[in-house]
Amino acid sequence: MKVKKYMNPYLGGALLGIVLVIAFWVSGRGLGASGAAKSAIVAGVKTIAPSHVENTAYYKDYVASHPKPLKSWLVFEMLGVVVGGFLSGAISGRLKFQVEKSPKITNKTRITFAVLGGILFGFGSQLGRGCTSGSALTGMAVLSVGGFITMASIFATAFALAYFARKLWI
Amino acid sequence: MGPLIVNEIISENANMLFAFLIGIGFGYILEANGFSSSRRLAGMFYGYDTTVLKVFFTAAVVGALGLLFLSLFGQIDLNFIYINPTYLYSAIGGGVIMGAGFILGGYCPGTSFCAASIGKIDAMAFIGGIFIGILVFTEGFPLWEEFYNAKFLGAPVLNEVIGTSRGVLTLGIILVALAMFWVGEWAEKKFARDDYTINQK
Repeated sequence: MKVKKYMNPYLGGALLGIVLVIAFWVSGRGLGASGAAKSAIVAGVKTIAPSHVENTAYYKDYVASHPKPLKSWLVFEMLGVVVGGFLSGAISGRLKFQVEKSPKITNKTRITFAVLGGILFGFGSQLGRGCTSGSALTGMAVLSVGGFITMASIFATAFALAYFARKLWI
Repeated sequence: MGPLIVNEIISENANMLFAFLIGIGFGYILEANGFSSSRRLAGMFYGYDTTVLKVFFTAAVVGALGLLFLSLFGQIDLNFIYINPTYLYSAIGGGVIMGAGFILGGYCPGTSFCAASIGKIDAMAFIGGIFIGILVFTEGFPLWEEFYNAKFLGAPVLNEVIGTSRGVLTLGIILVALAMFWVGEWAEKKFARDDYTINQK
């Protein structure tokens, strides 16, 4: 199957903005991603080590406000993201198991840095109370001061470190 | 009448169904724009592909305008919209750590799930990292609790802080976005690469 072209980015952005507005109109909240991963972590810890959850203030507070961590808006939304991404990939001929990277590095290097980047992003998203979706994009759309600050911090840091990480990408 | 859930027009379970459907739209649009490609996302920081900038800012502008119009026509009560609270230190600190994660890992959380759904193995590794990072945060929470809660400023919105209306600020954001799009288009020509093609309409 021939790989189709990507959508025009301005059209894509407009459609994404409309989805964001629909989320606000229906559910009173914007999009997110990292919150779903946190729900999964808390649910996992609760299943594997229930006594640990009861003895740890952070988990105890979270479970008190979210009695069923997996029955959350963001968990259902992220399940949808996986389905939607798969559908678009299937229609466009992009379903393929592969490691994407600069031609200059090995798969092992790419995977190592992907895990490292994920650890940082996972930790940072908790500290920043949301990631690019929940804090930066949604925060900016509601004109939240915190949203603008987080967005600027993410992009400024990535630009500042881009030179040092260039071998990973170019 | 909106938000539907707050005004009890739809049930809690229906809200979960809508979350799933909204997620499908979100994931489909991310993938169709190539947010499932780490080299495309990283291209933003080297100028050879600025799709992230174009999509992100167009979405933020359409989102802000959409809310403004829905509110103007009485379709949504903005008082019931969740405004992200601002904790100054953790907003900056979290952003800095996320920025480092972005340039090293090539994804953010939403895009990594989208990329994993079409088979990107590096995205699956990134997701594994996200879970580890969150677990480190939750397990070690007392260590950074103070920093996490420091400098709480409430849930301020930018237009009130700078003393203007929502509409004027949105207009300002649109103008800034247009300037950035111009820079993006310029950068893609200036930093174009032989080993990378922007394959889009």
